[in-house]
Amino acid sequence: MKRLLLTLAALLAGGVHAASPLPTDSVYQMAVPLTGQDGHTAPLAARRGEPQLVSMFYTSCTMVCPMIIDTMKATRRAAGEPGRVGLLAVSFDPARDNVDALRRYAAAHRLDARWWTLARTEPQDTRALAALLGVQYRKLPDGEYNHSSALLLLDGEGRIVARTSIIGRIDPEFVAAVRKLAGD
Amino acid sequence: MRRRLAFLLLGLLLAVPAAAADDTSSAYRPLPGGRFASVLPADGKAAPAILEPFRLRTEPVTNAEFLAFVKRHPEWRRDRVPNVFAEKRYLSHWAAPDALGPGALPRQPVTQVSWFAAQAYCESEHARLPTWYEWEYAAAADATRTDARSDPAWRDRVLAWYGRPSNQALPPVGGQPDIHGVRDLNGLVWEWVEDFNAMMTSADSREQDGADKFKFCGAGAITMEQKENYATLMRVAMLSSLKATDTTVNLGFRCAKPD
Repeated sequence: MKRLLLTLAALLAGGVHAASPLPTDSVYQMAVPLTGQDGHTAPLAARRGEPQLVSMFYTSCTMVCPMIIDTMKATRRAAGEPGRVGLLAVSFDPARDNVDALRRYAAAHRLDARWWTLARTEPQDTRALAALLGVQYRKLPDGEYNHSSALLLLDGEGRIVARTSIIGRIDPEFVAAVRKLAGD
Repeated sequence: MRRRLAFLLLGLLLAVPAAAADDTSSAYRPLPGGRFASVLPADGKAAPAILEPFRLRTEPVTNAEFLAFVKRHPEWRRDRVPNVFAEKRYLSHWAAPDALGPGALPRQPVTQVSWFAAQAYCESEHARLPTWYEWEYAAAADATRTDARSDPAWRDRVLAWYGRPSNQALPPVGGQPDIHGVRDLNGLVWEWVEDFNAMMTSADSREQDGADKFKFCGAGAITMEQKENYATLMRVAMLSSLKATDTTVNLGFRCAKPD
């Protein structure tokens, strides 16, 4: 089935929100399924309802990716640990990042499953998801990836309300945006 | 990079109007692939690209073809497409959401289309956008050679096209076929590629050093080789500056399929 021919699928995926149409600038317009570290598969749009911190990474990356995960943690902490903000990191590397790899990574980095989802997509969806999120990546012959580092804040309707490329320390403006959205 | 669109569970729950009715009448030509010296080395240094055999659409997608697609898939009309998939200028040169008019002739290549719209169109032909390597490899050909890039005449022709003012009306598709039987790769429109967001050169490549060194993770940003081949490098620079929702008056696309 054709992903981009099926934009309306996201409307059905919104569960209790299915009755209200998604905003036209919502990333939840894309019908992309995500499989999390618990093996459960759900559409991206199933995250509708609560703010989300979103990034892309891959588990075998030793350099910047752990910093991305740590920066997401630190951002949530700096924003006052808001209970209703979800954290989502999607792999660039669906070939190697199976559910088991995601689960081991989540355990090694002590990611609290109440907020955290490490996810993979089917390979044909990863490029479109990166395009949607404005993330660049490139697979290298040795199996590593070059990629841009971006941290995005989605509101409950899936609109990108803030973005930062600051990794390794918190971005105060971005934290303020998280705090504001979580307090609404 | 081989892509095969798997069936989506969600899709099974939906009635999908007309998806199966999309006709694949447009011609595709087989290209053999192999090792190819790209301006973007595969490892960022010198490694050649390795291309599987593939088929490439002989012509860019035309206004008439894209209009037929929009009629079959009205969610891609300019007045219905979500902003997250196409910016405001999407198909803005058409007379109406479902009519071409004098500003968009049927045989002209469609332009003002976003990456998402181009990819969706290709899906309707059971195809996908070509990768940059596939496109660059195909465009290296001329009428008699599969790789004419070292011939100054090849570069001059490409560069002469770049010099054509962009306010002139686009010619129709149907230029002379190259050795593969593919037309209009150089000299008509810029074209989207599937991995436009993989070039990692959009930001000034000086950024791989110094303050912004974490902008790109991994083995560092790609270095561009074959500096003398700036006809191709200009195309890389243009593509890598785009967002997936962007549209421009000179940017169209064609599709590719596995062999």
